[in-house]
Amino acid sequence: MDNLLWLIPALPLVGAMLLILIGNLLPKTYVAIIGVGSITISAIVVLLTGYSFLSSPPEGGQLTQTLWVWFEVANFKPEITLYLDSLSLVFIFVITFIGALIHIYSAGFMAEDKDYSRFFACMNLFVFSMLILVLADNLLLLYLGWEGVGLCSYLLIGFWHESHANGYAARKAFIITRIGDTAMAIGLFILFYQFGTLSINGILQSAPNLWPVGSAIATATALLLLAGGAGKSAQLPLQTWLPDAMAGPSPVSALIHAATMVTAGVYLIARMHVIFELSPAAQMTVAVIGAATLFIAGFSALTQHDIKRVLAYSTISQIGYMFLALGVGAYSAAIFHFMIHAFFKALLFLAAGAVIEALHHEHSMFRMGGLKDKLPVVFWTFLIGCASLAALPLISSGFYSKDQILWYSWAAEGGDAILWVLALSGAFITAAYTTRMMILTFWGESKTEIGHKPGKLMTIPLVVLAFFALFAGFIELPHNFGHFTLFSDLLHPVLPETRLGESETNEWIFQLVAATVTLGGISLAYYFYYKQPQRLSNLRSSGAFNRIYDFWLSGWGFDKIYDTLIVKPVVYLANINRRDIIDQIYNAITSGTTALYRLLSFTQSGSLRWYVMGLIVGAILILTIQIML
Amino acid sequence: MEIAFYITAAITIISTLLVITRYNPVHALLYLVVSLLSLGMIFYLLGAAFAALLEVIIYAGAIMVLFIFVIMLLNLGKETAEQEKKWLKPKVWAGPAILALVLFIELCILLNTNDQAQYISELHVDPKVVALSLFRPYLIGVELAAMLLMAGVVGAAHIGQHKKTVLHRFLQEKEGT
Amino acid sequence: MNAISTNMVMLLAAILFILGIAGVVVRKNIIFMLLSVEIMLNAAGLAFVAAGARWAQADGQVMFIFILAMAAAEVSVGLALILQVYHQHKSLDIDKLREMNG
Repeated sequence: MDNLLWLIPALPLVGAMLLILIGNLLPKTYVAIIGVGSITISAIVVLLTGYSFLSSPPEGGQLTQTLWVWFEVANFKPEITLYLDSLSLVFIFVITFIGALIHIYSAGFMAEDKDYSRFFACMNLFVFSMLILVLADNLLLLYLGWEGVGLCSYLLIGFWHESHANGYAARKAFIITRIGDTAMAIGLFILFYQFGTLSINGILQSAPNLWPVGSAIATATALLLLAGGAGKSAQLPLQTWLPDAMAGPSPVSALIHAATMVTAGVYLIARMHVIFELSPAAQMTVAVIGAATLFIAGFSALTQHDIKRVLAYSTISQIGYMFLALGVGAYSAAIFHFMIHAFFKALLFLAAGAVIEALHHEHSMFRMGGLKDKLPVVFWTFLIGCASLAALPLISSGFYSKDQILWYSWAAEGGDAILWVLALSGAFITAAYTTRMMILTFWGESKTEIGHKPGKLMTIPLVVLAFFALFAGFIELPHNFGHFTLFSDLLHPVLPETRLGESETNEWIFQLVAATVTLGGISLAYYFYYKQPQRLSNLRSSGAFNRIYDFWLSGWGFDKIYDTLIVKPVVYLANINRRDIIDQIYNAITSGTTALYRLLSFTQSGSLRWYVMGLIVGAILILTIQIML
Repeated sequence: MEIAFYITAAITIISTLLVITRYNPVHALLYLVVSLLSLGMIFYLLGAAFAALLEVIIYAGAIMVLFIFVIMLLNLGKETAEQEKKWLKPKVWAGPAILALVLFIELCILLNTNDQAQYISELHVDPKVVALSLFRPYLIGVELAAMLLMAGVVGAAHIGQHKKTVLHRFLQEKEGT
Repeated sequence: MNAISTNMVMLLAAILFILGIAGVVVRKNIIFMLLSVEIMLNAAGLAFVAAGARWAQADGQVMFIFILAMAAAEVSVGLALILQVYHQHKSLDIDKLREMNG
């Protein structure tokens, strides 16, 4: 089974190339077969590979397959090498499995779209790039995938490019992630300069020998890599692109902006964890960024009208949890939450897409409502997704993954009470906005007539994802009950076990607090949005509350800050330099020579006698000089 | 000898002056022949007998005949003379003449800068020496001159072809309008 | 007794040259201009011959012969051109042939 590894990224690539080249000539059925089929087969190959990987683990818990040497410059010889260990196994499983489900869903969702083949071409290309990203053996290949997903994200956000706003959102996403990517590229330069190689294993093995703990260069490199991760994963302060990225079709939001691409930063940090462990300051920064992001994004999610923007902010917030976990050293918890999050957030996006589609592209939650009975499948699956997102105790998988992070944020070695408080309040807000979204969308009175109901192609992926969102959490149970650690055992060879802090803590209390907080959040939203909606409108009438509301609605004003601090000055400078000041110098030279040429061309009168006169004058001048000397 | 030189020099100058002032081309041409012949005389006085011969045979003979042919071909006669009269107004020639005079004065100054008087040597340079010099050190020059003459002949034959009025495409539009 | 001063010969050459150049500038008729060019060439030849005679060397006359060959070629081409010009423009006025201005 070893040699099948290359097939996993190759299949989506073949699909993408076929669709790019001849997609427009094919009928939609064939396009769907190619687009969905390539990912589905790839997912099956992943399952086969994963089975053989787990049943007969290869030596050292890793499996490499060198395809060819990319290029060779002096002693720099990056190879196209695929590298599979348990970490990348989790990622490729999520990418291909959820990817396949989302593709199946898209076949139904996009059925009416005229650019059917372009959509699937981009989606397949995206899956290919993402697989390359997580399967890369060296950082250069990883960077190729990294940029590839950025490109596909750009293409798919701007998929409906007829609207200016979508194009703007796509550019915004591309440019902001580019900031992070540049930082990451500089980080890669430093790594190459220091280690002479970009091979991930080579760097991870020699880093502890070369760099002392807490050295400045380790901190700098780790922070640069963190900036790359923060850009891709929409973390503070580069988070502003993700809410706007919701301009793309819902399956795109589900696949790229919830399940896979935005977690590339998590993957990067988990993969390069050795570097981060060498710099406690950088690791602390990761945790702080994660905590701050989850807190800020949570409040923004609480106020959004657009159902997809709620989900976008909640994605930012959930990735914040992952970063928090990475920062405190709970790597397997972060990856576990990544997987669970991928399931339930993909589910939520797909369900939201189904709702939006059914309501004639109505995005605002305040014009939804009463869908409980009209769209039962969507309702139940959405409910399961929400339960997982809100981390409903015991029955939802989200509880198990988030509870772990909450506990580690205090108890782990890098943990801290402040981080825990932030994470806990984040959990409270999460529960509140999830309930709010649920109530506004499905309860209450119907405000918009539904159009067509989602077909089988769309509901089946929802049901499958709902199953996983509900039960995937049980593969990793807390220490105090069950102590079932299938997932962290799987990751153990790659990622170090979470070291607990010295202070003895009772996990039961934490779980109890977390559960209480979640239920508190749910009941708060239930109270304000279901029981006593007029209370809320009373509150809205007070000025201070309204201002905070608007502040949160605009995502804590980050867009405005960036606009005033960066965009406006740049635009201002560009306007000043509209005529290109440097260019003026060259223009002056040209116009000067042109004027001289016009002047000289008068002497070219065509009159032979004038020419002879010129000769005479010249001779006189030369002879005069001769005489003078 | 000295007197002979001055006399012929005077003849040369006067006839040349007349060449550039005549209205009738044929008259000018005849004065030019006189000027060339007297120049041949000066060559002879300077001891360059071969050059004097060539001057008479080729210049005064062959080249001037060419001129005469052309003037006859173009049938330039009285009308041309009258036109020349109209063209040669003081307004036209005064400026160039002054310039030429300035140039002349400068040349004179330069000629007079070396004070010690130098005289032409008495030795005659006979044709044999000239021929030896031509075909030994100046062989390349002779061949180049031969090529030049060849090109001149071919060029003249080509340009002189009596074609119909074929205007260059740039000129055609102007002519047409 | 041969006592021609070199300066005098050179002066004669200068005078001829100036007369030639004045002819070129003053006259508007192409034939006259060509004649004046001949005068100038002659003046140059005279200077060469005089210099050769001063040092009793053959080089001066060799140069004169080259000038002669050049003048012959020039005259033949020049006259052919004059013929063509006259056929095409029915005029020998140099000022009318100003199409080649810049």
